[in-house]
Amino acid sequence: MKATGYSEGLVYALVGNPNCGKTTLFNALTGLRQKVGNYPGVTIERKEGEFYSQHGVRLRVIDLPGAYSLNARSPDEAILRDVLLGRRPDTPRPDRIVCVVDASNPERNLYLFTQILELGVPVILVLNMVDVAERNGLRFDVERLAERFGVPVIPMVASQKKGLVELKVAMSRQELPSPKPLLDAMPVPVRGALVRARENLAAAGIVAATASPLEPLYLISGHDPTHYGIAPAAVAMIRLGREQLEREVPGWEDRLVAARYDAIHAALESVVRRPESASATLTDKLDTVLLHKVWGWLALAGTLGFLFYLIFSVVEIPVGWIESGFSALTAKITGTSEIPGWMPDGDLRSLVTDGVISGVSGVIVFLPQILILFFFIGFMEDTGYMARVAFLMDRIMSRVGLTGKSFLPILGSHACAVPGVMAARTIESPRDRLITILVAPLAACSARLPVYLLLIAALVPGKAVPAPMKAGILTGLYAAGIAGVFCFAWLFNKKLLPGAPSAMILELPAYKMPSFANIARQMAGRAWMFIRRAGTVILGLSILLWGASTYPKLRNADGTLSEDKSAALAHSAAGRLGHAIEPVIRPMGADWKIGIGLISSFAAREVFVSTMSVIYNVEAEDDDDGTRRLRDRLAAERRPDGTPVYTPALCASLMVFFVFAMQCLSTIAVVRRETHSWKWPLFQLAYMTGTAWLLATAAYQLISALSS
Amino acid sequence: MLLPGETGVIVTLPEGAPSLTRLREMGLLPGTRVEFIRRAPMGDPVEIGVRGALLSLRDAEASLIEVETERVVGK
Repeated sequence: MKATGYSEGLVYALVGNPNCGKTTLFNALTGLRQKVGNYPGVTIERKEGEFYSQHGVRLRVIDLPGAYSLNARSPDEAILRDVLLGRRPDTPRPDRIVCVVDASNPERNLYLFTQILELGVPVILVLNMVDVAERNGLRFDVERLAERFGVPVIPMVASQKKGLVELKVAMSRQELPSPKPLLDAMPVPVRGALVRARENLAAAGIVAATASPLEPLYLISGHDPTHYGIAPAAVAMIRLGREQLEREVPGWEDRLVAARYDAIHAALESVVRRPESASATLTDKLDTVLLHKVWGWLALAGTLGFLFYLIFSVVEIPVGWIESGFSALTAKITGTSEIPGWMPDGDLRSLVTDGVISGVSGVIVFLPQILILFFFIGFMEDTGYMARVAFLMDRIMSRVGLTGKSFLPILGSHACAVPGVMAARTIESPRDRLITILVAPLAACSARLPVYLLLIAALVPGKAVPAPMKAGILTGLYAAGIAGVFCFAWLFNKKLLPGAPSAMILELPAYKMPSFANIARQMAGRAWMFIRRAGTVILGLSILLWGASTYPKLRNADGTLSEDKSAALAHSAAGRLGHAIEPVIRPMGADWKIGIGLISSFAAREVFVSTMSVIYNVEAEDDDDGTRRLRDRLAAERRPDGTPVYTPALCASLMVFFVFAMQCLSTIAVVRRETHSWKWPLFQLAYMTGTAWLLATAAYQLISALSS
Repeated sequence: MLLPGETGVIVTLPEGAPSLTRLREMGLLPGTRVEFIRRAPMGDPVEIGVRGALLSLRDAEASLIEVETERVVGK
């Protein structure tokens, strides 16, 4: 049964344009009483909260994604439409709607409101940021607006909680007046045709007989290729109705839009007093600098430089705490020769320390990077600078069929693809988002760095590699990653997901002071989501990999367990797998020992270094000394015929392999989570690793041929 | 054609293209005043001001909008 009157659990939907301050209002209303999740099937945050009315009755509030129109053009807008129309089984149809508009930009913001008015659900109109509007010289006659639209109108400054009590009082009201739709603004022939179209569809059971005549048109607006939750037959029927409407009233959709704006204009003409032209706003002044041909790039470079400083340097501090915390825990469990550990030596202890703890720490260790990147993204979005970054970078990204919005996720992936892939959520176009996710892990993430450094060190046996050569090779490896990103984005755009380029219609919102409370909430929500969803997969796979490198066990002739770690690893399932893949990796110059390293590095790239240390029985120590010892050991490694294994050709081949190969369980888990299928992470694994093998083989064969 | 800094009135927008429908929904209608604020440093996209909001669109869309330049008094 649906709640019709005033009862416990009345459901409010909070709707509005992007950047209208809706989330701030949601937080002000519900405080900490909110649940953040996901709409099943799409990566859109589902936020629900509750508060108590003036009379102590519990009210539920659903914070819907920001949207410009019910004619959905993005998955975000489709969610808004489907929830408001009661078409999502996982979300109750809202009993009432609170529509938030940015009072400093009323005309455009009221467009969505005119559509909302026609849904036949009681509406409360919130004029948010009236302080900014007044500074810009706009004054509202609230009484007259309320009378015109037939709904309560509440002026607010949500960020200062001004007007919050008035809004809560209005939301607590037992009865809300029925809104006066602006249908009189709709051209008569359009209205007639729409009503007729609805009757046909209602007869077929596609929409309710009482549905707004516009509902079928919102369902397939022509801008949303996905049509969530509508049967193909229904889509075909609606499309027919749409074509008929187009024949009867050519250009009806444009006339409808124009009619709405006329109605808004008329309503505002009588209400808003416009002052003499306002002076240049803060936003104008800031944009003159931040979008300037010279200063704009400098500001962007400075901002991103600071971000990279945070991600590469500052992040080391909490990562150090996490790592030393976990190794202290491991030490407690293992004990020392003097102090007995918590657990006796054995398989179970090995599972706990090498499987579970290293798996959990492998998850937690991503948190600082995720938090920093999302803090930065939240800060840039909240201030309004994010849209400017997309504006500046759009031209470059459009060369490979993407938009400026893909820039930050790809850039962030140079620190770590996990938050980078998660940051792709800010891209509305599902196609652009998927391409971005597919190419982002090609960016040279920080986990590749230790491997690169080891291989560069192994290039020149016996002595340190000259600094300019080292820097040159490193730069080349990073450049190769970036080239990979652009080449594959271009290729996927042409071949895999062909389609019209996205239009990239982007609002550049007015700059404002960020709300750190909002940013902190968002950071916490995303971090928790990562731990809960991706973390479990990473943990499971880590334990699996532990098992593969532990069993079966190597026993000596007398039946005792072998102490030789190197031989034990070779004997294990991972070691056998290394042997098994040797024929495959031989063309790229690798032997079975390297094969074990490559297999273990599929957990995480940096594991390659520690695995090679175990294989060659070098004490793994994470310092220059350890790297040097390992490097010298690598240089001494010989083939059966006495020639060195680690030739420049092999080092180059391995470097190329690490540039392109998908070797990161965490990224696979996150891509699985963000794309809601195993199809895309497996495709990514295949195309990246395939490319890596091809190019590594080419590099090995070419260099070998040249140097022989 | 507008130049950066100039203001004009929209004469027509071609019908049918989904992205242009969205531009209409964002308030770009025949008769609406638009200000061409600037080009991005690399020439594309462009920034326009319409109905109190700042929008960025690519040349591909912007060039479809036919605009009549407002005569600025005194120039």
